[in-house]
Amino acid sequence: MSTLNASLSNEQAQRDLAEASAPAAAPEKPAESVIEYGKTVGTPFSDDPKFTLRDVEVFYGDTQAIKGISLDIAKNEVIAFIGPSGCGKSTFLRCLNRMNDSIDICRVKGQLQLDGKDLYDPKNDVVELRARVGMVFQKPNPFPKSIYDNVAYGPRIHGLANRKSELDDIVENSLRKAGLWDEVKDRLDAPATGMSGGQQQRLCIARTIAVSPEVVLMDEPCSALDPIATARVEELIAELSQSYTIIIVTHSMQQAARVSHRTAYFHLGHLVEVNETNKVFTAPEHELTESYITGRFG
Amino acid sequence: MQPANLIPLLVVLIAIAFALGYARSRALAAPLGGIRHLKSLPFYYAARAAMWCGLPALLILACWLGFEGKVIQTLIVGSLPDDLRPESAGEASLILSQISNVASGALSADFVPEPIAEAATRLTALREDSKLMMTLLVVVIAVLGGFLAWLRIAPHINAREKFETTLRRIFFACAAVAILTTVGIVFSVIFETIRFFDKVPMTEFLFGSSWSPQTAIRVDQVGAEGAFGMIPLFVGTLLISAIAMVVAVPVGLMSAIYLSEYATKRVRGIVKPLLEMLAGVPTVVYGFFAALTVAPFITDLAAALGLQASAESALAAGLVMGVMIIPFVSSLSDDVINAVPQSLRDGSLALGATQSETMKKVIFPAALPGIMGGILLAVSRAIGETMIVVMAAGLAANLTANPLDAVTTVTVQIVTLLVGDQEFDSAKTLAAFALGMMLFIVTLVLNIIALHVVRKYREQYD
Amino acid sequence: MTNPTSQAEIVRQSLKRRYRKERRFRAYGIAAIAVALLALVTLFTDIISKGYTGFLKTTVTLEVTLDQDLMYLEDATDDKALRMADFKAPLLAALQKEVPQATSEREDQRALNGLVSSYATNELKDALKADPSILGTTQTMTFLASDDVDVYVKHKGDTTYSIKLSERQQQWADQLVEKGVIENSFNDVFFSHGDSREPGNAGVLGAMVGSLLTMLVTLFLSFPIGVAAAIYLEEFAPQNKLTDFIEVNINNLAAVPSIIFGLLGLAIFINLFGMPRSVPVVGGLVLMLMTLPTIIISSRAAIKSVPPSIREAAEGIGASKMQVVLHHVLPLALPGMLTGSIIGMAQALGETAPLLLIGMVAFIVDVPDGFFDSATVLPVQIFLWAGSPELGFIERASAAIMVLLTFLISMNALAIWLRKRLERRW
Repeated sequence: MSTLNASLSNEQAQRDLAEASAPAAAPEKPAESVIEYGKTVGTPFSDDPKFTLRDVEVFYGDTQAIKGISLDIAKNEVIAFIGPSGCGKSTFLRCLNRMNDSIDICRVKGQLQLDGKDLYDPKNDVVELRARVGMVFQKPNPFPKSIYDNVAYGPRIHGLANRKSELDDIVENSLRKAGLWDEVKDRLDAPATGMSGGQQQRLCIARTIAVSPEVVLMDEPCSALDPIATARVEELIAELSQSYTIIIVTHSMQQAARVSHRTAYFHLGHLVEVNETNKVFTAPEHELTESYITGRFG
Repeated sequence: MQPANLIPLLVVLIAIAFALGYARSRALAAPLGGIRHLKSLPFYYAARAAMWCGLPALLILACWLGFEGKVIQTLIVGSLPDDLRPESAGEASLILSQISNVASGALSADFVPEPIAEAATRLTALREDSKLMMTLLVVVIAVLGGFLAWLRIAPHINAREKFETTLRRIFFACAAVAILTTVGIVFSVIFETIRFFDKVPMTEFLFGSSWSPQTAIRVDQVGAEGAFGMIPLFVGTLLISAIAMVVAVPVGLMSAIYLSEYATKRVRGIVKPLLEMLAGVPTVVYGFFAALTVAPFITDLAAALGLQASAESALAAGLVMGVMIIPFVSSLSDDVINAVPQSLRDGSLALGATQSETMKKVIFPAALPGIMGGILLAVSRAIGETMIVVMAAGLAANLTANPLDAVTTVTVQIVTLLVGDQEFDSAKTLAAFALGMMLFIVTLVLNIIALHVVRKYREQYD
Repeated sequence: MTNPTSQAEIVRQSLKRRYRKERRFRAYGIAAIAVALLALVTLFTDIISKGYTGFLKTTVTLEVTLDQDLMYLEDATDDKALRMADFKAPLLAALQKEVPQATSEREDQRALNGLVSSYATNELKDALKADPSILGTTQTMTFLASDDVDVYVKHKGDTTYSIKLSERQQQWADQLVEKGVIENSFNDVFFSHGDSREPGNAGVLGAMVGSLLTMLVTLFLSFPIGVAAAIYLEEFAPQNKLTDFIEVNINNLAAVPSIIFGLLGLAIFINLFGMPRSVPVVGGLVLMLMTLPTIIISSRAAIKSVPPSIREAAEGIGASKMQVVLHHVLPLALPGMLTGSIIGMAQALGETAPLLLIGMVAFIVDVPDGFFDSATVLPVQIFLWAGSPELGFIERASAAIMVLLTFLISMNALAIWLRKRLERRW
């Protein structure tokens, strides 16, 4: 506790100094030392977890990007990860379907379980895992193929459809769920790259749910979209939340407030606070969370 | 004076012009109260003087060297007595080489007719005169130029601007060399080609199926015309290029894919330079390898299999050419594959695709235009490749698709027709230029299409 | 919609098949790399195994008695007498001493004579000319062995080489090798002579000097012109049709077959300007035009990599555009330009085809002594030797390839070193 105080007073001194030198004081980031390693306030655990994550640590070479995070993610919940840029929320998200595997220097430690089974167990197959845990990326990334082929890609590689008609059904269903069917049903053969950004992102969501995953990871899915397209995607998330577990990383606190049941606040690789979304935005327990949502830094 | 000695002399003159210009500009500045009262720094006045000294002199020198040979030749030929005066360009070159051989002492003057020996003496004298005049002219121009520029140094002149304008023009001239080269290529093939089509009809050249350019030694000899149908050459070129592509495309493409998608950094760091080494090996070395190692090996192998293979088979040349092109295909494909955005890979992998599925169904189709462009460039290179085929493919113009047979190519024929003693104006020599023109057109079209495709592809992901 | 668990089941079942494909795909990749590397290794082993003997010469060391009567030579200072003298006789006598079983019959004598190079008599003459006082004395002298002996001694028992020595000569050669009269040593001739009709007497010096002269012409023209063109296109060229046309030309010229440049050289430089054939100047000019696009393209890349902030900084304090370029951009881009130029020069050094057309294939014995002197270059020398039927020349072609590759590899290594050492990352 004494070290904490010391660092706080030190920080205070720095702040004074900054104010003295620059009248319009820029918001500064609080020192890391106010966070206790591996400690999360709020309600990180759940009785019926889809994901059970304990003491997760991620390293890029020698730098540690994720610092001992423990968290449960419940079935059919929408959980939002928020936090300043570079806080590790995307890195953490990518651990959940092992997208970090393709980065040579990245190492993941700790216990990560999906339905009680270890994600990183060599016996547990990454292809199968990703078929169960889909992902939507920050920038819409449709393949340079037709709209139909984009959605049909997943079912095809996994062999989910035996006949053309089955595949057609899957494509139609997925596009309907993504709220895109009416807009594209007449031009399924058109190249997907010709669609608008919002349509492209919904197409990517349709592509992801065409494989019927159990979990959908969304990495800032609306950051490249305009407000109207964002609203459509948010509606879509609300609908999807009935049948899927959704984990969404977002920069926008409003978005987190609108779509998620729970919100997790990340800071410099630590998971600082997890709580009911309402609670996080109205009565945050941790001072860092409060600073963040009140816009003291970002 | 030899040009090799003249150039250092010129450099010295330029340096002197620079130094004098510098001194004068400073001297002019001193009474005004320092160099700040000059319009430009002394360096620019000096540089301008140096330019005036060097540029015209260098231009004169280059022109002189360029036209000296031709002018002297014309003078010598013109001074020959009537009975020796050549009637055709071929005869002229024969007499000229005789004269210059006598002049250089390679041929004793005792063995040639007197007028030739006299011409040889004249040639030596003319060459001496020419050298002397060139030296004088260049030095005088240089000194004059430098002096004029030196005179014109004045505080109100903006020497920097003038210097920079001239420099910019020189830079432009250098860039224009690229255009001049293309024009030069076109001109060097087009006239001879037109003259060739005077002798041999274009349709025969383009669609004739027999190639034997041995024109007669005597006009009345049997089979005097020779046959100039380029189809066999064309087929031979295509056959060898096709074999080369069959080797180079799969190997180059797959190694590029492996290196960019699977290999660890260390493996890539070792394998890539090794592949590039394959690209750095001169073609004559590949030709040596093809002719002396691969071709006998193929002949033996074919014999062991009960097949008949020619000692100079298309297969040997094609295989080795394929090896030569592997690094070309691989580095172009590598560039193209790496230009496919990572987000597409992520998108596919996140759906649970394996790496090979991602490669085959997403990356490869996305990269296909770029890869096709690269392959077209490789084809153009295969068609234009000369040394391997000259050394390993032989001269027999067979119209065949059997890779074990000997075939000949356009490039081989160009070399064969133009190397060694040649008579000007014969259909044989001119045919080489016509073939060169065909080669230029075909590769030009391939290159333009390929470069266009690749550029469009790059723009798509930029 | 199907039930997710059964979906997962389907995926799981497909895995085995898909991973098999994955492994196969990966194996194709490894196989492709293996093929390429195998080709590289085969190429190098083949050339080294064929050529290392080219760096050895076979010599015969004899005690030669320079008998005046035998040679019909009274006075070695008399040039005319020297020209008429018989140098074969003392050689044969010396050989006879070493091979006592050879009879004085014509056939045996001819076989004996076939052991030493036909240039041996010339060497003897030169020795006498240099020092007339040795006439009448006995000297220990070393001569080149004949090419047949050379091949026999180096490749005895190798079936890929056809041995031209007769049974009898082979016996004698074995005997002389045992006695130490015939021996192999480092082939200094190879590095100190020009071309020759006899492999034993042929060397790469002429070709190396020819290459050097040609490369000097190429370098001193293509580097400044290439850099200037790159500067113009990157920094000064206005956005117009002409500039576009120049760019199209450069990109296209980079891919034009090299032999076309040979046609250009023949038609323009030789036929139009009347420049002499087979000289380094014309070769250098042709190679300059050929390497120019490479140098321009790499120089432009180097200029592009200089960040705009540097330009802005200099322009901000009032430097003219030309000053910005000459004072800041050029020095910063120079390492990249040098690297590109060295690679371009390496290409030019290995180039053969265009030089064939401008007559650099002539048989030239003398080492060239100027830019306007007839010369050949290393790759063309390799081409010439590779095409000759004598085994000795094939061996020397391989050896010359090794020399050429050594140059090329050092140039490329220099380029890589320069890039690592001097190039800045922004």
